[in-house]
Amino acid sequence: MIARHRTRAIAGLAFAALTAASSIVLAQPEDDPVAEYRAMMGDDNPAEFWVMRGEALWTTPRGPASVSLEQCDLGMGPGVVKGAYAHLPRYFADAGEVMDLETRLLHCMVTLQGIPREEALKQRFGDGARESDFEALAAFVAEESRGQMLDVPLDNPAMEKAYALGKEMFFYRAGTHDFSCATCHGQTGVRIRLQQLPNISEAEGARAAYSGWPAYRVSQGEVRTMQWRLQDCFRQQRLPQLEFGSEASIALTTYIAHNANGAVMDAPGMKR
Amino acid sequence: MGNPMRIRAKLDGDVVDAKVLMNHAMETGQRKDASGALVPAHYITKVIASCNGKTVLEADWGPSVSRNPLLGFRFRGAAAGDTLSVTWTDSMNDTRTDEAVIG
Ligand code: HEC
Repeated sequence: MIARHRTRAIAGLAFAALTAASSIVLAQPEDDPVAEYRAMMGDDNPAEFWVMRGEALWTTPRGPASVSLEQCDLGMGPGVVKGAYAHLPRYFADAGEVMDLETRLLHCMVTLQGIPREEALKQRFGDGARESDFEALAAFVAEESRGQMLDVPLDNPAMEKAYALGKEMFFYRAGTHDFSCATCHGQTGVRIRLQQLPNISEAEGARAAYSGWPAYRVSQGEVRTMQWRLQDCFRQQRLPQLEFGSEASIALTTYIAHNANGAVMDAPGMKR
Repeated sequence: MGNPMRIRAKLDGDVVDAKVLMNHAMETGQRKDASGALVPAHYITKVIASCNGKTVLEADWGPSVSRNPLLGFRFRGAAAGDTLSVTWTDSMNDTRTDEAVIG
């Protein structure tokens, strides 16, 4: 309790100092340098290069089975990519669990193409020349849902369970700083550094937070997926590493996606 | 060989508005990978744009230009249907040329 009060007092002081020093700059609370940057780039999102590579990966026979991913069922039937991302995460009867886009892609790589799970996961996040197939495939699949309305219903006990778990995790305080996701993402209209942080617990904020992922991350020069975003927030929250495709990661994604229902998908987007 | 660029060139009055999105790592030589090893420098050093046999832009670049850069510029003296050609050369002596028809 004492520690918590002290943190708040220090944060308050810092904020007062900041407003005093830069009241002119802050005169416009809507100031959003990232949005400005996005406007300057216009339709030129480098994510397009990932989309192209993803499409090639989707249609090329690969793995020990030497088949393409064109028979991969993203939830709307084998091979249907158009609109599929606007209905993920969802419950997949063939796997008996709720899966998000990346987990489903992994499932198809393993079951259809015969690629060993560990090998498929080796480059789950790309780093320069060491490109990630997930990031490219996710960009391609997301692009095929651009302009569609996000619709992730809790139409199944497994989806209800995932949502409930995600919600509980979202508000669960833990770690050295006693943060929950809600500590940083539970208020409207506030920011950290220059980042306007969306309030993910309500529709408008969740839509802003979700509809542009996967996204080209300008600061990294890479397309990143929601799995990447969440593991990085785990790091910021000082929690143990979030496992790629874990039940926890899918539960959080389900919570955010369901809150964001009705959003017009606009991914791959562009983020700081 | 390099990866293809995306070039868009649109005539606006008598001015061509050109936008070139390049697919390049632009490694500064200062960055370390996850294992702590330095990633070797690899960046574009020269960009030349030409139209109707004339150079319309020549630029010397260095490691401070972003990854996958977007280059925007405007020039006069071209007509719709002309071809804009862009070539980059990088610090590993790789080079790439792409073209677009001015619309
Ligand atoms: C310490 C503060 C902090 C905590 C705790 C935190 N985040 Fe974040 N989160 C951020 C920041 C900062 C960004 C924006 C990063 C950027 O743009 O550079 C962000 C971005 C996001 C985004 C993308 C938003 C967008 O508009 O693109 C999502 C989704 C997200 N966080 C989810 C979560 C979840 C889920 C948790 C809990 C597991 C969490 N965050 C915990 C600070 C935090």
